[in-house]
Amino acid sequence: MVTHDTGGGHHHPPTGFIRKYVFSLDHKVIGIQYYFLALFSVFLGMALSLLMRIHLVWPNAKLPFAPGGQMTPEQYLALVTMHGSIMVFMVLTTAPQSGFGNYILPIQIGAEDMAFPVLNMLSFWTTFVSLVVLVSAFFMVGGAPISGWTAYPPLSALGQITGPGEGAGQTMWVIGLAIFCAASLMGALNFITTTLDLRTKGMTLGRMPLTIWAWLITAILGLLAFGVLLAACILLLLDRMAGTSFFIPGGLVVTDTPITWHKGGSPLLWQHLFWFFGHPEVYIAILPGMGVASHVLSTFARKPVFGYRAMVAAMSAIGFLGFCVWGHHMFISGMSPYSAFAFSIMTMTIGVPSAIKTFNWLGTLWGGKIQFTTAMLFALGFVSLFVTGGLSGLFLAQPSLDLYLHDTYFVVAHFHLIMGVAAIFGIFSATYFWFPKMFGRMMNEPIGKAHFWLTFIGVYCIFMPMHFLGLAGHPRRYSDTSGANFLAPLHSVHYFITIAAMITITAQLIFLFNLFYSMFAGEKATDNPWHATTLEWAIPSPPPFDNFAGHVPSVYRGAYEFSVPGATEDYIPQHLVPEKVGKAY
Amino acid sequence: MQRNDGETGSTTAAFSLALFIAALTLITVYIFVAKIWWFPPAITAFGFQIDAQFHRTLVITGVIFVLAQFALAWTLFRFRDQGQRASFFEGNSTLEFVWTLGTIVMFVGLGLYGEHAWAEAHFQGAEPGALQIEVTGQQFQWQFRYAGPDGKWGQTKPELVSASTGNPLGLDPKDPSGKDDVVSPVMYVPAGHEVEILIRTQDVTHSFYVRELRLKQDAVPGMVIHMHFDATVPGQYEIVCAELCGLGHYKMRSFLNVVSQEEYDKWMNDQEVALQQQ
Repeated sequence: MVTHDTGGGHHHPPTGFIRKYVFSLDHKVIGIQYYFLALFSVFLGMALSLLMRIHLVWPNAKLPFAPGGQMTPEQYLALVTMHGSIMVFMVLTTAPQSGFGNYILPIQIGAEDMAFPVLNMLSFWTTFVSLVVLVSAFFMVGGAPISGWTAYPPLSALGQITGPGEGAGQTMWVIGLAIFCAASLMGALNFITTTLDLRTKGMTLGRMPLTIWAWLITAILGLLAFGVLLAACILLLLDRMAGTSFFIPGGLVVTDTPITWHKGGSPLLWQHLFWFFGHPEVYIAILPGMGVASHVLSTFARKPVFGYRAMVAAMSAIGFLGFCVWGHHMFISGMSPYSAFAFSIMTMTIGVPSAIKTFNWLGTLWGGKIQFTTAMLFALGFVSLFVTGGLSGLFLAQPSLDLYLHDTYFVVAHFHLIMGVAAIFGIFSATYFWFPKMFGRMMNEPIGKAHFWLTFIGVYCIFMPMHFLGLAGHPRRYSDTSGANFLAPLHSVHYFITIAAMITITAQLIFLFNLFYSMFAGEKATDNPWHATTLEWAIPSPPPFDNFAGHVPSVYRGAYEFSVPGATEDYIPQHLVPEKVGKAY
Repeated sequence: MQRNDGETGSTTAAFSLALFIAALTLITVYIFVAKIWWFPPAITAFGFQIDAQFHRTLVITGVIFVLAQFALAWTLFRFRDQGQRASFFEGNSTLEFVWTLGTIVMFVGLGLYGEHAWAEAHFQGAEPGALQIEVTGQQFQWQFRYAGPDGKWGQTKPELVSASTGNPLGLDPKDPSGKDDVVSPVMYVPAGHEVEILIRTQDVTHSFYVRELRLKQDAVPGMVIHMHFDATVPGQYEIVCAELCGLGHYKMRSFLNVVSQEEYDKWMNDQEVALQQQ
């Protein structure tokens, strides 16, 4: 192995428990910290959704936490808000990017750590604080906010008067989000700098694994988007606490009480700021999943990624267009109907790079030698879910159809499939794929496959029927289906979804068991159990403190050299010196 | 650790996954084609335009859905690990070009096609002589105001709003043009007559949604938003709120009554008589 001097010596492993595992500067420890933060959050978020589903089908069910035993409408809406906020911010943003990105990115590019280890530690602990603040909203007087994860003012801006949870609960929510934004900005800076500056010799941009491209583009999106949400959160906080009126117009009357201390603001301003962040956020959640899917599909099809350059171009196009389409969340919001034209066409256009990616994934599989590991099953599931969830976007991107479908369960089905479940499948695929590297042991494959099957069938059973609720015009965020007559015939659909959700959520305990069981009792992993090509497989499992033990490898080729004619093995690692290709390794 | 052929359960796993994806696709297509859960019939000419565009979109996405899922199912089954060596190719520029161009034409074309209905709803004003109705959302009910015989809206003042004493919109009793304003918790419109609605809210954002009209529009604090429709099929239709507005969001419901001109005139007359008796 050819190595080059790293000028080392600046980086020594810490010895104390606190510096090693708590306030660690090691990107690997921080990655795992993020992963466990997301793991806690995803189970919390799922528990909240389970309560919602139970309430929708059995509104009179006795629930332990509810005063009087039954869930009230405001409690239901608090669950809606917190489920969305926790899932979007604490799971879909943290696990794929901050979790796996932190752990894998420096190793895959041949770096000993992130560019700014202290900033990295700070960004994790800031995220941790934001989670604590966000969840504390539940324990405020009046409970958690009822305005949804989108928190449209004036509902979210006027305080307790607009409803329970809109007092201290909403304040904690806004503060929690603002802190999260700060943390994400720190993370994004670190990712971009690390990728651009710390690549090892030979790791040109065109040789970077697609996972690296995905994390880089995601970080750029985060840098541009979270600043806007941070500003919006501060403005909302000022409206709530300091008497400003950024989002509150004059002349409002809430339950017969005139609001005289606000005038001149615009509720649409919040929507523009929120969705200018919110739409790129969708891609922040899904792009790392795309990177992982491409990487895993190539590895287990034993084939190079089909159209590597097209894949990079498509991800870049998605990233760029992602900033031009926020208005499609606002077709019926009262913004200029003329701008809907532009937003609609841009949104239809963003379908093109998404389709290119799908074609290229199929091209990657075509002619392959497909090995059905659990990681591969989840990557294949990702492709199927991405297609299904993406296609319903073609309906919602058209303002004329949005007149009927907006804010119905059709939207709930769409974004859960593409941004929720598809992204989660990316996380699962990444977990089964990199677990051996991270913990030095294999995850149990038969248990993993059972988990895959229950989850894959389960999520389709949960979210596919929601399209039909949407076609019937069922508005979302209804705590009860008794409010309108046309909802009554839809009860059987709700019932089916709830049963499917109960089974699917229970099945996640299998994953939890597998994760912890394998961590301690799994089969020992070799350095490169999947016969993969990228740099993380060139080092021991788990890697030493500074990843390469002072011997950072050089890179001689692209990331996906599988089944190259003339090579002895069906994979050529990126770091393998050219003279060794064709000989046993 | 060498993963030997068969160790990854290739044929069984490939077959099961392909079968499930194919079955899922067919079941989904069946439910869409059978229309087991579907829109209620439209009651405006505009609604039929929306439905036509929906069908166009459904056919195109349906074909893509079936092709893509079947291609995935077939590919993963056909190229399962049977001990073969994978073929080596890294891409194909012609294919990339063809499917990029193909999807651009299809997706953008579809989007352009659908803009017509949107333009009709938003860029054209209501026809002259349209019946104007002011729609006001408030937590958690709708109020519908008709200008009355004088055709003028009376002034409203926030400080006079008092739903509990029967003045939910805060009509100023000193303003003579407000004396004949009819405020109703349900909406009546004559069938076959153009109606212009002026959508506003008193408190938070709501959304006026009638499925049969194929119309939805947020009621935004500080704004008055104009929409128009011409309902031709008499009947009673539910008006619901589609934008989260607080704990009573789910029950913020009213009715749109599309009636004959005679019935409408009679209803309006009854309202005016009731006003004068106050």
